Amino acid sequence: MNTPLSWIKAYVPDLDVTAQEYTDAMTLSGSKVEGFEQLDADLDKIIVGKILKIEKHPDADKLIICQVQVTKDGETVQIVTGAPNVKEGDVIPVVLDGGRVAGGHDGNMTPGGIKIKKGKLRGVESNGMMCSIEELGSSREFYPDAPEEGIFIFNANPEYDNIEIGSNAIKALGLDDVVFEYEITSNRVDCFGVLGIAREAAATFRKEFCPPVVKETGNSEKASDYISVEVQDNDLCTRYVARVVKNIKLAPSPLWMQRRLAACGIRPINNLVDITNYVMEEYSQPMHAYDLEHVAGNKIIVRRGKEGEEFQTLDGQVRKIDDSILMICDAEKPIGIAGIMGGDNSKITDNVKTLLFEAACFDGTNIRLSGKKLGLRTDAAAKFEKGLDPNTAMEAMNRACQLIEELGAGEVVGGAVDVYDNVRQPRRVPFSWERTNKILGTNIDKATMLSYFKKIDLDFDETTNEVIVPSWRQDVVSQADLDEEVARFYGYDNIPTTLPTGEATTGKLSFKLRIENIARDMAEQFGFNEGMTYSFESPKVFDKLLIPIGDKLRETVVISNPLGEDYSIMRTISLNGMLTSLSTNYNRRNKDVRLYELANIYIPKGLPVTELPDERMQFTLGMYGAGDFFDLKGVIEEFLEKAGMKNLVTYDPKAGKTFLHPGRQANIIYDGTVIGYLGEVHPDVLDNYEIGDKAYVAVLDMPEIVSRATFDVKYRGIAKYPAVTRDISMLMKKDILAGDVEAVIRKNGGHLLENYHLFDIYEGAQIKEGYKSMAYSISFRAKDRTLEDKDVTEVMDKILNGLRKLGIELRQ
Amino acid sequence: MKEKLKAIIDEALKQMEASESLDKLNEIRVAYLGKKGELTNVLKSMKDVAPEDRPVVGQMVNEARTALEEKLDTIRTAFEKRLREEQIAKETIDVTLPAKKPMMGHRHPNTIALEEVERIFVGMGYEVVEGPEIEYDYYNFEALNIPANHPAKDEQDTFYITGNILLRTQTSPVQVREMEKGKLPIRMIAPGRVFRSDEVDATHSPSFHQIEGLVIDKNITFADLKGTLAEFAKQLFGEDTKVKFRPHHFPFTEPSAEVDVTCFKCGGKGCRFCKGSGWIEILGCGMVHPNVLRMSGIDPNEYSGFAFGVGLERIALLKYEIDDMRLLYENDTRFLKQF
Repeated sequence: MNTPLSWIKAYVPDLDVTAQEYTDAMTLSGSKVEGFEQLDADLDKIIVGKILKIEKHPDADKLIICQVQVTKDGETVQIVTGAPNVKEGDVIPVVLDGGRVAGGHDGNMTPGGIKIKKGKLRGVESNGMMCSIEELGSSREFYPDAPEEGIFIFNANPEYDNIEIGSNAIKALGLDDVVFEYEITSNRVDCFGVLGIAREAAATFRKEFCPPVVKETGNSEKASDYISVEVQDNDLCTRYVARVVKNIKLAPSPLWMQRRLAACGIRPINNLVDITNYVMEEYSQPMHAYDLEHVAGNKIIVRRGKEGEEFQTLDGQVRKIDDSILMICDAEKPIGIAGIMGGDNSKITDNVKTLLFEAACFDGTNIRLSGKKLGLRTDAAAKFEKGLDPNTAMEAMNRACQLIEELGAGEVVGGAVDVYDNVRQPRRVPFSWERTNKILGTNIDKATMLSYFKKIDLDFDETTNEVIVPSWRQDVVSQADLDEEVARFYGYDNIPTTLPTGEATTGKLSFKLRIENIARDMAEQFGFNEGMTYSFESPKVFDKLLIPIGDKLRETVVISNPLGEDYSIMRTISLNGMLTSLSTNYNRRNKDVRLYELANIYIPKGLPVTELPDERMQFTLGMYGAGDFFDLKGVIEEFLEKAGMKNLVTYDPKAGKTFLHPGRQANIIYDGTVIGYLGEVHPDVLDNYEIGDKAYVAVLDMPEIVSRATFDVKYRGIAKYPAVTRDISMLMKKDILAGDVEAVIRKNGGHLLENYHLFDIYEGAQIKEGYKSMAYSISFRAKDRTLEDKDVTEVMDKILNGLRKLGIELRQ
Repeated sequence: MKEKLKAIIDEALKQMEASESLDKLNEIRVAYLGKKGELTNVLKSMKDVAPEDRPVVGQMVNEARTALEEKLDTIRTAFEKRLREEQIAKETIDVTLPAKKPMMGHRHPNTIALEEVERIFVGMGYEVVEGPEIEYDYYNFEALNIPANHPAKDEQDTFYITGNILLRTQTSPVQVREMEKGKLPIRMIAPGRVFRSDEVDATHSPSFHQIEGLVIDKNITFADLKGTLAEFAKQLFGEDTKVKFRPHHFPFTEPSAEVDVTCFKCGGKGCRFCKGSGWIEILGCGMVHPNVLRMSGIDPNEYSGFAFGVGLERIALLKYEIDDMRLLYENDTRFLKQF
């Protein structure tokens, strides 16, 4: 939404503010000004001049020497120009010595403008420059009265007949204006028109608001004698106003209208189109004109489309219609898609004699959905989508007809055909000014509040304590809305600044979040950097991870309207994000990369999805470069211990993860439950992700962690009596796991067993094929006494027996 | 006897003075004070001394011993001191050689910004809560006063799973879930992932994070909202930060506001960072709409409240002057290690 300041001032004549003041104040009262453009920011010392005499340049064929009158009193300057279109007697814009223009005649703008200085052109003195519309910062598109090439000629247009030589040409061209761009919120439908903004401006600056005085015009005939209207689907068309204009005389519209439209970025076309656009800008009410000659039976029928119907819109495109799209039809056929675009079959041509003017109110939601369905979003549709006030339709219609008369564009037939079954009445909203103060934390008196309301046409009924809200303010329906009206005119700035009182509450993080923070701390302590990846990914991920067809992981929550296949399923496994990130780093030659992520996977509770899936937080670690499987295993164990999980963690090598190296993977088991897994990434998967180094990953299922974690710590006492340590050296088959050996030690060690650790593992020379040697140091301790040799020997015998049963040889 | 002792002492002292190492000194100690040392021998020969002279001689021997021991100590200490000095002199290192750094990881800038926000609000008595990322339409829209076919639903470009299940477009549904629990008063913030169907570019991502804030109690006012967010802005961006509240529209709050803070780069004078305005928009907020309270079973005549929503990435990008949002999701360690 753009409005020139001049147009606002037309309705708020006393408004006298700078562009910046306007911007700041309007923004603070709720009409956010995104920015403004001073049209003459780069124009300086440009006056209306008159060419008195033209001579040829003695040394240049393409240049001429002009004597140009630049003041009322007849003062002249000499200007040399190459412009092809000027002749003696022409009145033109002239930039004087020391002035500035916005750009070149090719239409390229120069930021800050171009300074014009007097000088010599091929030896002949030139004291300024005559300007084209492009040099003044605009274009023929918005100034159709400008010549195709060359200098702007005022006298080409009779409206400039009385222009004074020496006067300000910027002003004469309407370039002495500021155009504001607003961000209007969707609830303020009324502010999508200049009048709505002007009303807000008047209230903001406490000036008088003077909207145009609209009279019902027209001749003594009756529109109803020309046309009839039948609205079949009044749920989608709350009002349909039609009027008739005959004896159409197409011509350019007057300059004041052209200039205002141009400032809004709308191209002037002809009086009829311009009036329609002008009223749409003014009232935010789109209008449409049909050539009455092409309206069969002189009848308008508003009805839903028919399934399978095809319709050619005035842009020449054929559109598929269905029964959700509202159509404007004549007695025989559709002639327009309601509120979106007219039909090719009824469009206005230069030969139009009589037209049917439509100002209607269509259901905003329906227009929005139809527009989406058709892939067609016109300016009119954008207005209707917001949900217009049906009461504006007649006002706008009459305004347009009044302009037609004023501009001599045609003869308006008296009366209107108005189908408006449920007239929207002003809304009555109960109002408590005490309540407003209570919510705002202010102490504003009632009279002040009512004065704010008055400025925006909200009346107050003292007898019922109700605010009477005009129908264009569809957003004001309750006390809370009135609170906001008070707040914005009182000024958000002026509302005090306090802190909530009342019952004290304790701030805290949930236990889950605290455990997640421990995961972060531990990961970072071991060199892992936190990454973040998307929750949605491609279904191809499963192939990349070698996950077999039919695997449970392939049962996913699917997005019905994704950005593309690559973002179409909610992840059921966290590894793709991790491997992709490792790959990014690998390809950028980052060394020794360690990453972790804490994010959800989404496991559907059933397919098709009918309820919310199980969102499971995954603690995923991944690395390449320095470190191996056992480094990663160490990180996990340190984390679990820090999270209070101090029981034994065991590992099952039969994890069955297709994406991990078959001989280098394990499920992580705690208290008999699988809480995660770790392993080396399968070489094929590394290839799929283009990682050229061994990579290791671990995933912990945080719900399993959180349910077992604790912050309770009990001090155990430091041992008073010495420990006894025994070392054993063993020879065994390669497939016996350290975990198996340790299980025997634990099982037979009894309460005296304190600790054990592997201090040597060896295979190769001196060890027979298929065998390995391992050496453990086992320590024993009693709480209450110094152990004697026989105590230890007894336990050791049990352990050694247990080991022998596994087929382990004890070495000397 | 006396002379003999004196001769021994003199000789011993002479040797001590002349000794050049701790070992030599030790030899001297053994030679004179050891079990078979000369002084010990003198003591052993006491039996040859007349009994009446023995106390005198004994005392003389002891004095001699003490004198020798003291001298030994002094020389030893001097030796040790010299050795320590030599050792220290030898051990000088080039302290400008590179440090041996442990491999330490870094938190994601989003997380750092989030923890900052959490710290501020937890300090003000807010609880940090979470809600599901895949939500029912009811919680994401309807219960927030956004009925079916409301244009706001389009504005938020929602990813749908089914007709009534979607990827939440905001963290506001957590408000509703919290209010439904019926435990009042409420002071909560809810951080989390949200999703909107925006194509990826320098300023957009289809997945990002928000932090929702909600306070419900008796007598909560717009002034309280202003005070709370002013305090938040000061703690987050610095004590001199000023805030500006501009009227805005959100379906679930009324009155609503957008909040700008003074540009922390130029302090409000206007620079390229704040596009010359001196202000930077950081969040949206407002008084909880009575419809929203009512739908969640809270009587708007008794209770009122305010809510706010902050874009976490926005805070992180602003605070750390990151110029491209895509960096946040690439996980390049050269980026991550800077935080």
